Amino acid sequence: MANLTTDFIGIKSPNPFWLASAPPTDKEVNVRRAFEAGWGGVVWKTLGSEGPPVVNVNGPRYGAIWGADRRLLGLNNIELITDRPLEVNLREIKAVKRDYKDRAMIISLMVPCDEDSWRDILGHLEDTEADGVELNFGCPHGMAERGMGGAVGQVPEYIEMVTRWCKKHTRMPVIVKLTPNITDIRKPAEAAKRGGADAVSLINTINSITSVNLDSFAPEPTIDGKGTHGGYCGPAVKPIALNMVAEIARSRETHGMPISGIGGITTWRDAAEFMALGAGNVQVCTAAMTYGFKIVQEMISGLSEYMDEKGMTNTSELVGRAVPNVTDWQFLNLNYVTKAHISQDDCIKCGRCYAACEDTSHQAIAMSADRTFTVKDDECVACNLCVNVCPVENCITMIELPKGAMDERTGRPVSDYANWTTHPNNPMAKAAE
Amino acid sequence: MSNSPLTPGVVAERLSPAAYAENFSDVQPVFDRHEARVAADRCYFCFDAPCMTACPTSIDIPLFIRQIATGTPDAAAKTIFAQNILGGMCARVCPTEQLCEEVCVREVAEGKPVEIGRLQRFATDTLMSKGVHPFTRAAVTGKKVAVVGAGPAGLACAHRLALKGHEVTVFERRAKPGGLNEYGIATYKTPENFAAREVEWLLKIGGITVKTGVELGRDVTLDQLQAEYDAVFLGIGLAGVNALRAAGEDLNGVRNAVDFIAELRQSDKPTVAVGRDVVVIGGGMTAVDAAVQSKLLGANSVTMVYRRGKDKMSASEYEQDHATQSGVRIIYGAAPVKVLGGAAVEGVEFAYTHDGPNGLEMGETFTLKADQVFKAIGQTLGAAPIGQEGAKLVKQQGKIWAGGDCAAGGEDLTVTAVAEGRDAAEAMHLALMA
Repeated sequence: MANLTTDFIGIKSPNPFWLASAPPTDKEVNVRRAFEAGWGGVVWKTLGSEGPPVVNVNGPRYGAIWGADRRLLGLNNIELITDRPLEVNLREIKAVKRDYKDRAMIISLMVPCDEDSWRDILGHLEDTEADGVELNFGCPHGMAERGMGGAVGQVPEYIEMVTRWCKKHTRMPVIVKLTPNITDIRKPAEAAKRGGADAVSLINTINSITSVNLDSFAPEPTIDGKGTHGGYCGPAVKPIALNMVAEIARSRETHGMPISGIGGITTWRDAAEFMALGAGNVQVCTAAMTYGFKIVQEMISGLSEYMDEKGMTNTSELVGRAVPNVTDWQFLNLNYVTKAHISQDDCIKCGRCYAACEDTSHQAIAMSADRTFTVKDDECVACNLCVNVCPVENCITMIELPKGAMDERTGRPVSDYANWTTHPNNPMAKAAE
Repeated sequence: MSNSPLTPGVVAERLSPAAYAENFSDVQPVFDRHEARVAADRCYFCFDAPCMTACPTSIDIPLFIRQIATGTPDAAAKTIFAQNILGGMCARVCPTEQLCEEVCVREVAEGKPVEIGRLQRFATDTLMSKGVHPFTRAAVTGKKVAVVGAGPAGLACAHRLALKGHEVTVFERRAKPGGLNEYGIATYKTPENFAAREVEWLLKIGGITVKTGVELGRDVTLDQLQAEYDAVFLGIGLAGVNALRAAGEDLNGVRNAVDFIAELRQSDKPTVAVGRDVVVIGGGMTAVDAAVQSKLLGANSVTMVYRRGKDKMSASEYEQDHATQSGVRIIYGAAPVKVLGGAAVEGVEFAYTHDGPNGLEMGETFTLKADQVFKAIGQTLGAAPIGQEGAKLVKQQGKIWAGGDCAAGGEDLTVTAVAEGRDAAEAMHLALMA
């Protein structure tokens, strides 16, 4: 069985699955249960400054969207940072860490944007024996209105400044948690790096309104007839998170910077995908909030089995494996030709491929009177929509045409690699000579 | 002291009142909202969907299921009723396993179709329970149409004609409208007086007058109707019953299954007498309904005997399974030779059959004990008021149209009758407005 032990910026954990800073990590009782279930580490729910803690709304704080059979696909929240006193949290963190020395214990922090506040909170942590801190520059709701969380994360200069203060006032590794509510994720990552961050973690939640109540005409979750934007997470945000992780992993400025991947990770496969795109470990929240802590056991067994199959003995062999294959559109091989192929043995004749192709794509699927669906190779542009809408996995596949084979659509044989940069239709194309 | 299943003879009250209530309750209760959403979610929204093609009334099934999935069951019901105004009854009695659900792509893929019938019932029950009628009648045309027979064909025809603004009078020989929906379907498929409630709801379209207790040929003639009305629709069903043509079929205790089913539908269950040992002869839905209900009434043994093999039986596999699961024994490949007994029936002698060069040939015989025998070997047209095509009426003759079980073509199904009544109405409308 593959060794899942992970060393992330010097922080060791028995597996790469950490619980993200969120409600599941707000209390000793939860975190102990999480460690018993097998989680490799936790990022304790965000602590604020000393003094009276923040308060939360007393109505619904989550909203959701669902897929089939009410399977939760996206979750949004308007919960703030911990609403329990600082000293209680610190005492509990210390108690848990003492009993689970092999697990990673990271403390998430969010205090006002001045050096004294950050120095003070960091000072309070010294005694907990925690393994590191994570700077919450991400939460888009509530705290951002007070100049914290996402409000800091949207200004690279602030990220750099606060990170620098933190590195100055603590010996612990500093992870900077990034908000996705920004146009170019590389800018805050670069700022964190300039400030001396040991790693970035991403993504925090996405600004969102999950739904509108069409009787009361208010956003959900609704508090006394009003609603506000919340932070969106869960399986629905995974593609957005994967792209942002990849952008940082492949950027010249931030390449090689440790990344803790977050965003809709629900299964071992999701985790493996984040890691292949450069995440040294992953953080999970919504999946645990949906199914409970036990899901980590499937993640552990699944990742182990996958790594065994691939002959990998350490998670570091997986991390970043897919990064070299993330490129710009302009470098994609325009002479790579595939054609959709429908397996008649697997086809259940629903005709969804036909409807999709005929109505919205390239009219490249033929339908016979007896509902046999076949691809017209002379029309198929290989868009993949039929594959995407087919309810039967692997019924429709994309078959690559070998070099030299005739593409019936273009009437030209498949030739060598060539991309847009040298394409004759590209006004910016550089001559080959 | 009440009777028990072992009490000899044809007697009532073999079971406790609680057992009757249980036995004749809804065989498949309506989905709740969550069940409906889950079931609806399984639909793939197929292109040119096979289920829709298989439906005799061509209900847009993928559309109505999507409307359920998106939380608009009333819209779903309208989609159904636009094609089939008796969609509520059809949701209960359609042999979906031979129609829409048989061709569902998920039946093909997984052996588990989308539960179209139950989803249809969810939608139609939701709307009908509000007591509102979803359609508005067109401006009155001044045309008058007579519809003979208030069964599924006649009602569907009358509704479509009324919808288009015509003035419709429905003549029904029985005491209540509904036809086989009211008199010919097993009680547990349509409890709580659904057939009558459905007719009442259907008539809310307006412009339809129902005259019950009026029989064509006895109380009114076709000539009179033709003289008084601009068009006539005949949805008279099959009034005759095939005879066994076996000795002893007149003995006490031998009965037509259709009469037994009708009596059951019109009475308080425990008062219907049933034999201790019941034999049902036939292989159609009527035979199954009579056999299963005999068992539910407390008969000790019920045997259905069909002269051909299982594959030839017109009752669907689902219906056959339902019968055997209810405790009915089915004997395939045996035909009655004679009914035995003195004053009352005591048994039936059967012969095993096999295919020979001249059709079915009889072989070895055996006897089944019986104190009640139901004949369910098919119904016939009886007197034909207009021309015939084979054993049935022609579909049109001058300004007379015909549809449903009495007319040529189609199968003897409620849903087919609805389609034919509806389509006749469309044809009549074109002719009336020409």
